[in-house]
Amino acid sequence: MSRSYLPHWMHRLGSPPTFYRFAGALRPWLMAAALITAAIGLYGGLVLAPPDYQQGDAYRIIFIHVPSAWMSLFIYACMAVAGLVALVWRVKLAEVIAMECAPIGAAFTLITLVTGSLWGKPMWGTWWTWDARLTSELVLFFLYLGVIGLYHAIDDRRRGARAASLLALVGIVNLPIVHYSVVWWNTLHQGSTVNLFGKSSIAPSMLWPLLVMALATHLYFFASILGRTRTALLSVESGKQWVRGIVDRQPLPRQGAPT
Amino acid sequence: MITVAQPFADSSPAIMTARPGAWRACLALLRRDFLLAWRRRGELFLPLLYAVIVAALFPFALGPEPQLLARIAGGVLLVIVVLAMLPALESMFRTDLEDGTLEQWLLAPQPLALLALTRVAAHWITTVLPLIVVMPLLGALLNLPWDVLPVLIVALLLATPLLALLGAVLSALTAGARRSGILLALMLLPLAVPVVIFAAGAIAAAQAGLPYLAPLSWLAAALVLAVVLAPLACAAALRIAVEA
Amino acid sequence: MNTSPATVAPLLEAHRLAFARNDEPVFGPLDFALARGETLLVEGDNGSGKTTLLRVLAGMLPASEGEIRFGGMPASNDARNGQMVFLGHRSGMNEALSARENLAFLAGLYGTREGATIGSVMQEVGLAAWIDEPVGTLSAGQKKRAALARLLLLPGDLWLLDEPYANLDRHGIDLVNALIAAHCMRGGAVLLTSHGAVRFADPHARHIHLAA
Repeated sequence: MSRSYLPHWMHRLGSPPTFYRFAGALRPWLMAAALITAAIGLYGGLVLAPPDYQQGDAYRIIFIHVPSAWMSLFIYACMAVAGLVALVWRVKLAEVIAMECAPIGAAFTLITLVTGSLWGKPMWGTWWTWDARLTSELVLFFLYLGVIGLYHAIDDRRRGARAASLLALVGIVNLPIVHYSVVWWNTLHQGSTVNLFGKSSIAPSMLWPLLVMALATHLYFFASILGRTRTALLSVESGKQWVRGIVDRQPLPRQGAPT
Repeated sequence: MITVAQPFADSSPAIMTARPGAWRACLALLRRDFLLAWRRRGELFLPLLYAVIVAALFPFALGPEPQLLARIAGGVLLVIVVLAMLPALESMFRTDLEDGTLEQWLLAPQPLALLALTRVAAHWITTVLPLIVVMPLLGALLNLPWDVLPVLIVALLLATPLLALLGAVLSALTAGARRSGILLALMLLPLAVPVVIFAAGAIAAAQAGLPYLAPLSWLAAALVLAVVLAPLACAAALRIAVEA
Repeated sequence: MNTSPATVAPLLEAHRLAFARNDEPVFGPLDFALARGETLLVEGDNGSGKTTLLRVLAGMLPASEGEIRFGGMPASNDARNGQMVFLGHRSGMNEALSARENLAFLAGLYGTREGATIGSVMQEVGLAAWIDEPVGTLSAGQKKRAALARLLLLPGDLWLLDEPYANLDRHGIDLVNALIAAHCMRGGAVLLTSHGAVRFADPHARHIHLAA
């Protein structure tokens, strides 16, 4: 069958029991690394970095806001890639991963929207402006909600996952179109153009905490997706031999951290 | 056994000519859809009624000053059309899925994407075209300047087929879902944003006396792209729906 | 591979064909071949995977394992479509349209068998008087007969019939048996499912039994 086009290691890792064990072993380490880097990044951003000469301390929200915004796009890309694999090769694991990406991505998008709004009030004097970046982020949020909604509206989980994956792929074509159409729209309306980073490049003392925070959110995402996928696999594969084996051996002797 | 006819998949010419051409298949589908629309012709008026009601409510909500109405008329009419399209989009493939007709589509010697495209065309002609026909009436209700009306109509002629094509993909995706009304709206919103922006942009530019050809060209380009790509996505979604 | 186009390949072959839903085996692995003039009866209780087998053969569900060949060619939409007439448990007819309108639409998609007209095939299934009634107003048995009319009208050589006897009275059952016999006589092949409650006429038909 068409599955044989996949490389051997992918095929092996694609088997739910193997992935379950692999993810279980990796997840605690990723989560610990995420917490440590987040602590370093937040300390660097909130304590060590100097106040901005224009924005004072208010700018410090970027250490949450900007990594979240990056993640909202990165996770969407991950979801679309997993969705493509799910559609083309019908790999069950890819379906599960794509669908578990959506809630995490939606959460990061919501964080981005809320923190951006909180930041916007003191900076621009308004909670919301129809700028290209904000509008695209809002549209991204709706795309995530659409994927989640479609997945849950179809009773057969695998069929739902493939339908929602197709929607995610349609969305990824749509996203740049939305962005550029809003840019065009704003120039037509001569609306407020918002420059997030001003004219000059960011100071190194502010940059490194930002990058560390970005690393922390990526690590968190990977830890979270592994954990969520494990849980979803148990539910999707319930009744299988390997899941029964795990239930019988409860509590898991090899597992350090609770999952 | 040896004397039996050629293996049939071996492109024997007799069988190839027996297949009706794609054009004939499209015509058969169009005829069927128009016939169905005619049988339920009462339903065709519902979107029109909806549009007239909403358009009539705006002056009550905003006050009857002609200048204000004239300024917002183009955008309001555009949004009304998009909203009036939504309920019909939901059921584009639902009956065909439920009564097994889609299974017959899948096994027909015709490209599924072409059948989907034809279905969208029939849908657009029966449910959306009437809305565009009554635009002069709705424009009069909202005091739309007469010289903007042609631009509004051209913008709608480009934007609504585009929305119908995008909506068809979503409708195929939700055909096998339990409840899909609000879900379809939620899914269509992100896809509709650029379409609405460009259509409204053309109308606003025409109203301000600025050149409006650029946004219309963008819409036309997007429509051409959608005519090619959306039926393929729609066919993929229909195959997923038929698996149930 | 072992069949060159010169030799006569069976209309339909399945090699180690299996289907699993969520890794739970539904049927298979199955090996069978269906040549022209043959009938294959798939028997089994409710839930034994008969309908699923038909849907896999029709390409509506992907096989989990194994291979399907049509006339010696690996199954693909091109090799399959138009060669096959499918009668599922959903009628495939719009209830708001008459049998004549439904059949005209299908004929537009598939073409028609030589010499067959909508009037003649409706006559054969005994529904000539109801040809212009909306399908929604017909009884369950009449709907089934109207769906059977498709078999006579469309040119496909391979019939896939899911529970063709359901909802039919004794005359209807005889009609199905007669249709199948005539189709096999002129070089077609039939694969049909039945839960086994109906007596099947053809003593030469081959059987597959699916266990639940």
